[in-house]
Amino acid sequence: MAKPNEIRRIAKIACDLRADVVQMIGVGKVGHIGGSCSLAEIAASLYFSKMNFDPKDYTNKDRDRFLLSKGHTVPIQYASLIELGIIPREDITGLKTLKGKPQGHPDMKTPGMEAVTGSLGQGLSIGVGMALALRYAKSPAHVYVVMGDGEIAEGQIWEAAMAAARYKLDSVTGIVDRNHFQATGATKDIFDIPNLEAKWRAFGWNVLSVEGHDVGAILDALDTATATKGVPTVLIAETVKGKGISFAENTSAFHNASLTKPQYDQALAEIAEAKRNLQ
Amino acid sequence: MTAANLRTAYGESLVRLGRKDWRVMALEADLGKSTQSVMFQAEFPDRYFQMGIAEQDMTSTAAGMALAGMIPFVHSFAVFATGRAYDQLRNSICIPNLNVRICGSSAGLSDFGDGKTHQSIEDVALMRAIPNMAVICPADSIECEKMMDALLDWKGPVYIRINRNDLPFVTPVDEPYHIGKVTKIRDGKHVAIFGAGIMVSKALEAAVELEKDGISVRVINVSTLKPLDREAIVRYAAGVDAIVTAEEHSLIGGLGSAVMEALRSVSHAPVEFVGVPDTFGMSAEGYDGLMARYGLTSAAIAATAKTLLKGK
Repeated sequence: MAKPNEIRRIAKIACDLRADVVQMIGVGKVGHIGGSCSLAEIAASLYFSKMNFDPKDYTNKDRDRFLLSKGHTVPIQYASLIELGIIPREDITGLKTLKGKPQGHPDMKTPGMEAVTGSLGQGLSIGVGMALALRYAKSPAHVYVVMGDGEIAEGQIWEAAMAAARYKLDSVTGIVDRNHFQATGATKDIFDIPNLEAKWRAFGWNVLSVEGHDVGAILDALDTATATKGVPTVLIAETVKGKGISFAENTSAFHNASLTKPQYDQALAEIAEAKRNLQ
Repeated sequence: MTAANLRTAYGESLVRLGRKDWRVMALEADLGKSTQSVMFQAEFPDRYFQMGIAEQDMTSTAAGMALAGMIPFVHSFAVFATGRAYDQLRNSICIPNLNVRICGSSAGLSDFGDGKTHQSIEDVALMRAIPNMAVICPADSIECEKMMDALLDWKGPVYIRINRNDLPFVTPVDEPYHIGKVTKIRDGKHVAIFGAGIMVSKALEAAVELEKDGISVRVINVSTLKPLDREAIVRYAAGVDAIVTAEEHSLIGGLGSAVMEALRSVSHAPVEFVGVPDTFGMSAEGYDGLMARYGLTSAAIAATAKTLLKGK
């Protein structure tokens, strides 16, 4: 069981990550706010607590890997790497600009990034390949792959799911960010994928359902995942798209959108308020 | 002793690389008996990954292995390795410039019986267009073995196009090889024939025929289609009265296109392409008959050269 102090520490970091995302996207620049904010607690739990990941030695061959298969929400990964001191904080305004370094989707030229993703459905396969190679090299590294609940309509995800089970890859943990919205609407309206837990189970995975904004629950589930041997584990994380920014919550309108100055100020104020409430 | 069969030479070479370097891994999508990756499986079962009939997953999986420091070799028929998994090649592998080797086996029309779904006549065009991807195609088993050795140290992704059948030996055994090399394997002064793969041997046959009519032909083996040695293409194209390209590939985007890209902005003799017209393949009872159906013969090359010379 995660300790209350640790849970509070991670929850505060999640607020910082959301604030970084809002500042990165800024005023008038289009960015993937909704699916970044739904991942704040998950990213914070992985990078700042669960993962064996030393920011001073972030290319260590035995590091745990964080792969964002839903690559469009890379602002949350950039935010994590900024807070870890791997990406310089001044790069925060350079997102998606000719002069700035951080690209619109994960790119290996940005320090700390593990793979090129963004064409949806490829991240789990990449994670499986890493895990197979690392296991052969007798590395203790664990590979975490975050997928979107819209993204998993891609058939390649299920090919990779079968491969991970076939190779008994317990060093892979999948996380489905089940925020119920995709680019143009609610997943249930666009392309509903019912019985998600049963599907992953049928594909040979250990399945854990978790409240995706409850840091204690996330950390406990991640511990269960890494303690489970012989099969890969997937966390089906129930989340809120746009979490922490009231006007962006539970809508596809802020899947990839820009903020007005009043919206920007309101977003940062709400995130700061949420952080204060954690004291 | 080098096997004449290109697939056999490939499979044996992969085993040799596996012995040399523990980072060499092989991935297969249930065509191992055709691609001859089974040879590697027999010797290195723990470095051989049967990924099932799932080429897209296999391709991105190889990206993950390369990101973890390995040198994975991905296997399928050329048409599936490049077409079915194009997006995975482009995004998972070529953008980050990973050390993945893609074996496109049964390339061109060499899978004569299986027909148009299994014959790859546009794979070179597809692969050449992706930034960072190198594209190589051995003219015979001797060159295939050298190419495979060169793949251990090459930085970045490589597509290697492997014919299914026995090819005549045409390249010198003792000559050193490096990726990017364009080699003159026969000297002549009237016509230059640029060939790739099996068409190099057919170009040599055409050269012998043309010689009988007093036409002197140089034959150039363009076994690296990318990165293309532009300087060598320009040099070997100079001083002749006619230039012919010969490839077992669509006329669009393959060797002919690459040669013309190299010759742009320099004055040169008239050029004609021998290749597959803009159409799909078909089933045939034999390889030679199918090649003849599309004009991929030494006689067609010779006739093309003569037509160009007449036009002078």
